[in-house]
Amino acid sequence: MTSWDYDVIIIGGGPAGLTAGIYTGRARLKALLVEKLIHGGQMMTTDLVENYPGFPEGISGPELSDRMRRQAERFGLEIITGEVQEIRPGDPVHTVVLADRELTAPALIIATGASYKHLGVPGEAELVGRGVSFCATCDGALYRDQEIALVGGGDTALTETLFLSRFARKIHLIHRRDQFRGAKYLQEQVLALDKVQVHWDSVVEAFEGQDALEAVRLKNVKTGQVTRLPVSGCFVAIGITPNTAFLKDLLPMDEWGFLFTDADMATTIPGIFAAGDVRSKNLWQIATAVGDGAIAAHAVENYLNRLRKE
Amino acid sequence: MAGEPLEVSDASFEEDILKSDIPALVDFWAAWCGPCRAVAPVVEELARDYAGKVKVAKMNVDENAKTPAKYGIRAIPTLIIFKGGQVVEQITGAVSKGVIEAALKKAL
Repeated sequence: MTSWDYDVIIIGGGPAGLTAGIYTGRARLKALLVEKLIHGGQMMTTDLVENYPGFPEGISGPELSDRMRRQAERFGLEIITGEVQEIRPGDPVHTVVLADRELTAPALIIATGASYKHLGVPGEAELVGRGVSFCATCDGALYRDQEIALVGGGDTALTETLFLSRFARKIHLIHRRDQFRGAKYLQEQVLALDKVQVHWDSVVEAFEGQDALEAVRLKNVKTGQVTRLPVSGCFVAIGITPNTAFLKDLLPMDEWGFLFTDADMATTIPGIFAAGDVRSKNLWQIATAVGDGAIAAHAVENYLNRLRKE
Repeated sequence: MAGEPLEVSDASFEEDILKSDIPALVDFWAAWCGPCRAVAPVVEELARDYAGKVKVAKMNVDENAKTPAKYGIRAIPTLIIFKGGQVVEQITGAVSKGVIEAALKKAL
C-alpha cells in the first residue's frame, strides 16, 4: 500500500490556488496549499478590482484575497509558507521539494501564477526600488506631487494610472502603440484626466540616474525621435511572465513559458494539473483563474477516484 | 510598549528612533500596499520576540512624507534597522521572517 502526505498539494495561493482549495476542501480531500510569500498573488497589489462579479462597487485586491483565503480555510485547507524548489514526478506519488522538507501527494495543482514583466532596458535593474517600480499600489504614495511616468497600455497599466493620479502632479503614460489595449471603460477615465499626458507609439530606451531615477529616455517608434523625460518615478506595467522556472523542462510550455493543459487543466504527467495565470490561455483574469481552480480541483477528485479503484 | 510595534511619525521619529538606546527596526508601509500586509504580521511577531532588545516601529508613509524622503525610500514595504541614529540595514520588498532576523542579528 502506497502512502502519501496529502491527497493534493496546491502550489501557489492566488485566486486559482485558493479556489482549488475551496473545492478540494469541500470534496473532503486532504489538501495543502504552499505559498511562497503572501496569499493573493497579483490581487495583493491591485488597488481596486472592478471586473470580478459580485462586487458592484468594486473590492480591493487584498480584501478579495483575504476573503478567498478565509473561505478556503473554512473548508479545511491547510496553508503553509514555502518556496517549491522542484517537483519530482512519480507513479502515482509526486514529490514536492521545499527548502527544508519534501512532501508527497498523488495529485498536484500548479497555480504559481505570473510576475510582472520587466522591460530589459539599460538602467532598469539598477534602479528598481530607486524610482523604477512594478507596484503602483505599493509605491504610489511616495510620489505625492511629483512628475512620474508609467509604461503600458493594458488593463493593469490603466488601472494603475488612475490610482497614481491620486498622488502624482503629472503622469506621462508611455505606450508603444497608437491605441490602448485595456478596457474602453478604463480608457475613458484615463483620457479624461488633465494630469495624464499620453506618449503614443513610444518605447523606453533607458532609465537614467545615479542613485535614483532622474529621467526616462523615450523613443518614438514611428519618427525615431528620442526625448528625455525628467521624472522621479516610473511604473512598469507591460504584462506578465509565468512563474514556471522551477519546473525546468518537466512540462510542455508555450514560447513564453506558460503551461499547456487540456480542458480539465491536466498537464502531460498524470496527476499534475495547472490552473490560473500560469496556463497558456487567452485571458488572464481573476475570474478566469477562479474557473481554472474549480475545474482543476474537480479533475483532481475524479483522478483520485480512478486511482483508488485501480 | 513591549510586544507591539510602536507607531512613529515625522514628529516623533528623532526621539523614538534616532535617539533610541537600543537598535530600532522601522517598517515603512501604506494601507493599500498588499505586500505591506504580508510583512505586517512578521513585524508584529518580531516586536514580541525581540521585546526589550530591539525597538520595533511602523511608519505610515502616506501620513508622513519627510522621513521616507530623508532616507530615499522609493518603494514599500521598506524595513530599516537603525543603531545609534545610523542606518545599518535596509530591506526593500516583502521578505520572509528569516531574512529580517538575519539582518537584525547582524545589527545586535
